Amino acid sequence: MTGAWRTVIGLETHVQLGTHTKLFCGCANEFGAPPNANTCELCTGQPGSLPLLNERALRLAVRAALALDADVAARSTFDRKNYFYCDLPKGFQTTQYVAPYASGGGVALDDGSFVRLTRIHMEEDAGKAIHDRGDTTLVDLNRAGVPLIEIVTEPDLSNAEQAFEYLTKLKEVLVYAGVSDCDMEKGSLRCDVNVSVHREDEPLGTRVEIKNLNSFRNVRAAIEHEVERQTRALDDGTAIVQETRLFDVDANATRTMRVKEDEDDYRYFPEPDLPPALVTDEVLRVERAAIPELPTARRARYANELGLSEYDAGVLTAERATSDFFDAALRAADPGAAKLLANWTTNELLAATADPDVPGAALDELRVSPADLAALVALVERGEIHSAAARTVLRETLRSGRAPDDVVRELGLAQASDPAEIEAWCTAAIDADPRATEQVRAGNGKAIGALIGAVMKRSQGRANPEVVRSVLTRMLEVDA
Amino acid sequence: MVPLALGSDTGGSVRQPAALCGVSGFKPTYGRISRHGLVAFGSSLDQVAPLARSVRDLATLTRALAGPDGRDATALDTTLGRTGDGDALDGLRVGVPREFFPDALDADVRAVVEHALDDLRARGAQLVDVTLPLVPAALSTYYVLAASEASSNLARFDGVRYGVRVAGDGSLASMMARTRTHGFGAEVKRRILLGTYALSSGYHDAWYGRAQAVRAALTANFARLFADTVDVLAGPTSPTPAFPLGERADPVAMYASDVLTVPASLAQLPALSVPCGFVERDARRLPVGMQLIGAHGADALVLDAGAAFQGATTHHRDAPCTKESAR
Repeated sequence: MTGAWRTVIGLETHVQLGTHTKLFCGCANEFGAPPNANTCELCTGQPGSLPLLNERALRLAVRAALALDADVAARSTFDRKNYFYCDLPKGFQTTQYVAPYASGGGVALDDGSFVRLTRIHMEEDAGKAIHDRGDTTLVDLNRAGVPLIEIVTEPDLSNAEQAFEYLTKLKEVLVYAGVSDCDMEKGSLRCDVNVSVHREDEPLGTRVEIKNLNSFRNVRAAIEHEVERQTRALDDGTAIVQETRLFDVDANATRTMRVKEDEDDYRYFPEPDLPPALVTDEVLRVERAAIPELPTARRARYANELGLSEYDAGVLTAERATSDFFDAALRAADPGAAKLLANWTTNELLAATADPDVPGAALDELRVSPADLAALVALVERGEIHSAAARTVLRETLRSGRAPDDVVRELGLAQASDPAEIEAWCTAAIDADPRATEQVRAGNGKAIGALIGAVMKRSQGRANPEVVRSVLTRMLEVDA
Repeated sequence: MVPLALGSDTGGSVRQPAALCGVSGFKPTYGRISRHGLVAFGSSLDQVAPLARSVRDLATLTRALAGPDGRDATALDTTLGRTGDGDALDGLRVGVPREFFPDALDADVRAVVEHALDDLRARGAQLVDVTLPLVPAALSTYYVLAASEASSNLARFDGVRYGVRVAGDGSLASMMARTRTHGFGAEVKRRILLGTYALSSGYHDAWYGRAQAVRAALTANFARLFADTVDVLAGPTSPTPAFPLGERADPVAMYASDVLTVPASLAQLPALSVPCGFVERDARRLPVGMQLIGAHGADALVLDAGAAFQGATTHHRDAPCTKESAR
C-alpha cells in the first residue's frame, strides 16, 4: 500500500530594493516614468559602458538579509547570466551565481514551522517588453538595472496556505525594514513557485516551476491548481514533465510555457567588470541598527504586555506607520491607556486617513501627532471630557492641528459638573417635555433617558451624564 | 606622422604591432587606465595602451591617462609612481625565462634579442635565467578566456537598440540571428562560437574552468618570480618579424604569434615592447621588439628600464627599411 500524496513547495521571490538609483548606474529607480526616460549608456547596453556597484543597494540588501536572520558574506562576487532577449540590453544579466551575498535565515510561520532560506543574491532587473501594441514589440528600459534581491527558500513548504503566509510575513519584514515597498502591482515583488508531488514514502517528485504570479492570492490559487493537476496525472499513471508553466488567471489554471529541453544555457561566468562586493563589520552594525522591531515581535508585545486582542494587534501592525504611531503615542501616555489608544488609532485615525475632507492621507501626514492622541486619551481617562466631546476635539485637531487641550478650552468642551449649571439645564428640559416628565413621575424609569438626552443637547455635550441623572432624579423626586 | 598614438591591448594588439613596426608600445598593469569608453572584447584582459617613438613619450602619455576616473570599478587605486630614473638598469635583476625562447622562435629574432640582453648587461643589469613552466599553456588559456568573455561582450550587438539591423522572419530570434550573421566578420564569429562553446554547460569545467585555473597558477608563477628573484622579465615580443600580408590565412598560425604577449595579459602585468634591432628578410630590414614585463603595478620600473635601454641604444631612432628605400 502506498502512502498519501505529499506536496513540496519552494519559492523564489524577487524584490526590488527601494534605492534612489539603479544597481550599476546613476539612473533613477522610479516606477511610472515615461518609457526609456530613466536610461543611460549602461542600461541601454552601449559599447564602452561599465558598471559601478550602488553602495546603497548593497546596504539595503544586507539589511534585508539581517532582518531575515541570514548570514551575510564579507565578500561576494558577481556573475554574468548570458541569454538573448529584447529587454536585456547587454545580452547578459549581472547576478550572483557562485557566491551570493547571503545564505541561511528564514521565516517562522504561525503553525510553528520554519521556512529556511537557501540563499539571497543581488542582481539587476531586466527591462520590459510590451507585446500588446499591434504587431511590433516595444521595449522600455526604465526597469533595466533596477536593483533586485532574489530570496530562495528550501523546499520547506507543504501547501498553498503556507506559501501565502510565508509571502505575507516576508513582505511585512521587508517593508518594516525599509528595504522595499514590495508592491506587486508595481512589480516590486515577484514570485516564482516550484511545486512537486510525491507519495509520502517515496522520493521527491518531478518539479514544475510556475511563473507569472502577480498576487499572493494567485500564488495560492496556482499552487492549489497545480497540486491538483499533478496529483490527478499521477493517479492516472501519467508522469510529470519538468517544465515551466504560467498561471492563467482567467482560466484559473496553469499551462505549459516551456519544457526543460528548451531552456537557455546561461553560460554563467564571473563578471570581469566588477570587483567583489565587500561588507564590513561597520556596515553590518549600521544596517542591523536600522532594522526596527519587526511585526511578529510587535504583535506579541501588544498581546502579551498590553493585553490587546489579537485582532487589534493585527490591525495595528498591518502597516508600519500605524504601529509606529501607536508606539509613539504609547510612550507619551499612561501605561493603562493602551487599550483606549489602540481603539482611537484603529477606529478614528485610520478612518481619518481615508476621509478626503481631512488633510493627510497617511498617519504620519495627519495634523494629529502621537502626543496629541495621548493627550486626548488622557483627557477622556481623567473624565475631563467624555468620548463624544473627544471626537469633536479630534475632528478639530485633525482640521487645524491645534493641541487637544487648547481645543477643549477654546470650545468650552470640558465636562460641566457644577450642580447649579446642570440644574438650570434640567429645569429647561423638564419644562420643554411635560410628557416625558409625567412618565418619569409615573415610575417609567426608561423615560428619564429622553430628559438626559435633552440636557446633553442643551449643554452641547459638556454636561456629565451621571451628574445629570442624579440631578433629574432628585428634582422629580423619584427613586434612582 | 604622429608622436603618440593609442590602441588597446588584450593579448598583444599594441605590443606586437609596435615590435613589428619598430616603435615602442606599452600595455600598463590591468586597471592602470580606465576602460570606460573602450569597446570591450576580453574585459579581464583589455587595457588601453599607448604607442610612441620613445619610451619617454610613452611614460608621458601613460601618466596623462593613468588613474581612476570613477567609471571603471576595476581601476587600480595605486598611483603610477615616479618615472625618469636614468640609472634604472644599474643593478636591475632581469629574468630571462627559457620559455620565452621556444623552438618556434625565429633564429634571427633570437640572435637580435640575445644581443639586446647583452646590451642590458653592459649597462649594469644582472641577467638571471629563470623558468615560467606554465607559459607554454598560456596561448590556449588565453584563447579560451578571451573568447569566452568576447562571446558575452559582443552579445549586445543584437540589432535591437543601435547599429545594423537585418529584418528577420517576424521573430525576435531570427532578427537577432540575421543581424549578427551579417554584421560580424568571420574571425569575430569564430571567437564568439569558441567562447560560447567553452562556457556551455557540460563543457564549462573542462574549458573555461580549467583555463581559469591555469591563469591563476600562471599569475602565481609570475608573482613568485617577482617577489623572490627578479625585477623585470625580458624576451622577444613576437616570435617572428613582420610577415607578408595575407600569409597567415590559418587562424591557428595567426594565434600562435601571440604566444609571447599573452602571458603578461593573463597575469595583468605591465609589459613594454621596445625596438631592439633588425633582421634581414628579402633584402628588407625588419624591426625586432624586446618585451620587458614587470610585477603587478610596477609600471614605472618597466618604463624606466625601457627608457634607460633607449638611452644606451639607437634602435628606436632607426627607421625600418622597405624594399624601395633600401635601394
